[in-house]
Amino acid sequence: MSRDEIRAAVLHCLGAVAPEADLAGIRPDRPLRDQLDVDSIDFLNFVIGLDQALHVSVPEADYGALATLDGCVDYLAPRVPG
Amino acid sequence: MPSLGADMAAGRLVQWLKAPGDRLARGDIIAEVDTDKGAIEIEVFTDGILAEILVHEGERVPVGTPLALIRREAAGAAVPPAPAPAVAEAAQAQRLQVSPVARRIAAERGVDLARVKGSGPGGAITVADVEAAAGERAEEPGARMRRAIGAAMARSKREIPHYYLSTAIDMGPAVDWLAERNLGRPPAERILLGVLQLKAVALTLREFPDLNAWWVDGAAVAKPGIHVGMAIAMRGGGLVAPAVHDTDRRDLDDLMRAVRDLVDRARRGSLRSSELTDGTITVTSLGERGVDAVTGVIYPPQVALVGLGRVAQRPWVVDGQVVARPIVTATLSGDHRASDGHRGGLFLARVEQLLQEPGKL
Repeated sequence: MSRDEIRAAVLHCLGAVAPEADLAGIRPDRPLRDQLDVDSIDFLNFVIGLDQALHVSVPEADYGALATLDGCVDYLAPRVPG
Repeated sequence: MPSLGADMAAGRLVQWLKAPGDRLARGDIIAEVDTDKGAIEIEVFTDGILAEILVHEGERVPVGTPLALIRREAAGAAVPPAPAPAVAEAAQAQRLQVSPVARRIAAERGVDLARVKGSGPGGAITVADVEAAAGERAEEPGARMRRAIGAAMARSKREIPHYYLSTAIDMGPAVDWLAERNLGRPPAERILLGVLQLKAVALTLREFPDLNAWWVDGAAVAKPGIHVGMAIAMRGGGLVAPAVHDTDRRDLDDLMRAVRDLVDRARRGSLRSSELTDGTITVTSLGERGVDAVTGVIYPPQVALVGLGRVAQRPWVVDGQVVARPIVTATLSGDHRASDGHRGGLFLARVEQLLQEPGKL
């Protein structure tokens, strides 16, 4: 899976937890939490969404790597199976 | 039309999900109602047969108006349903004096009769009153919710003599226990720290029935079940505090599922009537949004509210040494008519104690 495909999948999962968000306006290097007003349940739903879409089960200890959109892609790219 | 909270004056019947002749079981969802809190599914409070629909789709009626007649099978006689799980205010909704023509025009133009001030004899609402009201544009849902919250909170601050207490709690044992428990589990099976806090509050309430109560007609009435209301922020502003039924009797996995489901449905606008009326205390976790502590406003007719701040690393003294520990500030807002600070202090101390042994929650 290419980085662009992973980025699209991440944005799709973010859109599912924050349907009102302007996904096109997300700054890839800025914390998602500040830009999307997500709480811990939203974040867990995001991680569940990534697991379903990309088959990567992100352990809690690695949640910090998912802080930004760029961080998500960097973290997921080498871990997506196939 | 049940009162779905201290702040509700009227509701519009959006859709009937049952038809005359249908057999009803207690708890069935029979209709959908549009309120200031969004669309709510109305559960029926008794078994029986739906005999007659009294309020039709599209009509907006004041709280307390019978929606339908339900025939109890054994009795055979049709009984007008008492407004279901009424909070204190429901009884006060008096029948409005409206001429049939004015009522029809109000229905056609979407005018909320409960909000129209009548100028006719004895305060009756006239056609002219309805037409004047129809001239004012309908408010956006966000503005309606804001006003509903304002009404409930103003009533709380006007009537409830609040007292406030706070305790700093070491969440270290709970954080460690949870990290180990969630390790290796797929995301869908993980539990959040907030769920441990919710369970600790619920279990503590078993020993503090005076805080798990409603203030009704000048007295505190202890409630038999522990249904903790969870303050949930709505996207785009506003909040609702639906109840997690039997919070104390659920294991952590079950409680986590219930919380996720409730947050999801609150944001989609498909809460059930009992969830809005059954809360016996409220927990607000504004720490999620980064604040250190929150001293909340009690949601009438409840008599207490627990606020949870952010869990953050703080200096903490253990065995004479300063160490960094994950600390949360828990607060209690109490109704001084129902309890006093001494009881409230014991309550917070017990919550703290339970959180030191997370494996037992």
